[in-house]
Amino acid sequence: MSMSSAESSQNDILAIAQSWLGEGRDVALATVIETWGSAPRPVGSHLVIDSGGAFMGSVSGGCVEGAVVTEAVDVIGSGKSKVLEFGVADETAWQVGLSCGGRIRVYVEKVS
Amino acid sequence: MEATLLKALNEERAARRAALVITDLASGAQRLVREAGIDEETDAGHLRQILLSGKSRTEATDNGERFIEVHLPAAKFVIIGAVHISQALAPMAMATGFDVTVIDPRTAFATPERFAGINLIADWPEDVLPGVGLDRWCAFAAVTHDPKIDDAALAAALKAECFYVGALGSRKTHAKRLERLSALGIGADMQARIHAPIGLDIGAQSPSEIAVAVLAEAIAALRGRESKREARG
Repeated sequence: MSMSSAESSQNDILAIAQSWLGEGRDVALATVIETWGSAPRPVGSHLVIDSGGAFMGSVSGGCVEGAVVTEAVDVIGSGKSKVLEFGVADETAWQVGLSCGGRIRVYVEKVS
Repeated sequence: MEATLLKALNEERAARRAALVITDLASGAQRLVREAGIDEETDAGHLRQILLSGKSRTEATDNGERFIEVHLPAAKFVIIGAVHISQALAPMAMATGFDVTVIDPRTAFATPERFAGINLIADWPEDVLPGVGLDRWCAFAAVTHDPKIDDAALAAALKAECFYVGALGSRKTHAKRLERLSALGIGADMQARIHAPIGLDIGAQSPSEIAVAVLAEAIAALRGRESKREARG
């Protein structure tokens, strides 16, 4: 697949998702669908996750990826997509949250 | 997301065609809207506006929330002429997210020293443009002042429907250029798409200021806001 330099190789999460599927891996895709405040990654940012917890890409500056990966493994199991929300303003802030003070919503779906 | 949709989306992206993926967040229902098919949508105007903005977004509808993901090809900026203006324009265009290529057959101008970190091709535009690949997601500026270098490239940019086509030169110079383009088979409709004199009218004087004016004009074209160009001498 020929891509422009800005989207090439390890940054092209959608191409990676397709290639992981081609390898027979179970795959989920997480997408930032909304942000408030100083969110580290813009709307449309992707994280691709497999059932073993391997992932590529980012939906934040590393703050919430761990939690998203855990949820994504569940989504791969259930096949049911879900919307996650992270921010300092909610109770999850004590476990995982965005130190930057922003808030994000992340859509997690199985690719199959 | 269905694997078939992902594959179709990646095909559009690889072919440098714009597309939207619309997801119903409650049900997970999803579809791909190719730019070529956008007019068949009931809210075509709204979707086209979102497409041109380049910004994915979640929005409320009567049927619940939906996420519209915008996939635009990375915009290129092809600059003909490794001149002083280009030395400012190329890095500024890169900073604003363009994939930049500078082309000039004059090896005295096209030196790596003058264009550090820039994709620079010291060759005739007509020989190398097919490889560079002009298309609708490409901005184009011809700034050599030399018809031998600029004209054929300008004709190629117009035929490829580059979203922005600018050419340096006064109104007088441009009038002569249009006569030559007519001889090359470029009709009045295409000629009217050339931004000349080049750049927004901000009173630019130095090469760097002209570069700002050109880049701003190209961004306005990219975002679907053709600027009002007032008469200038």
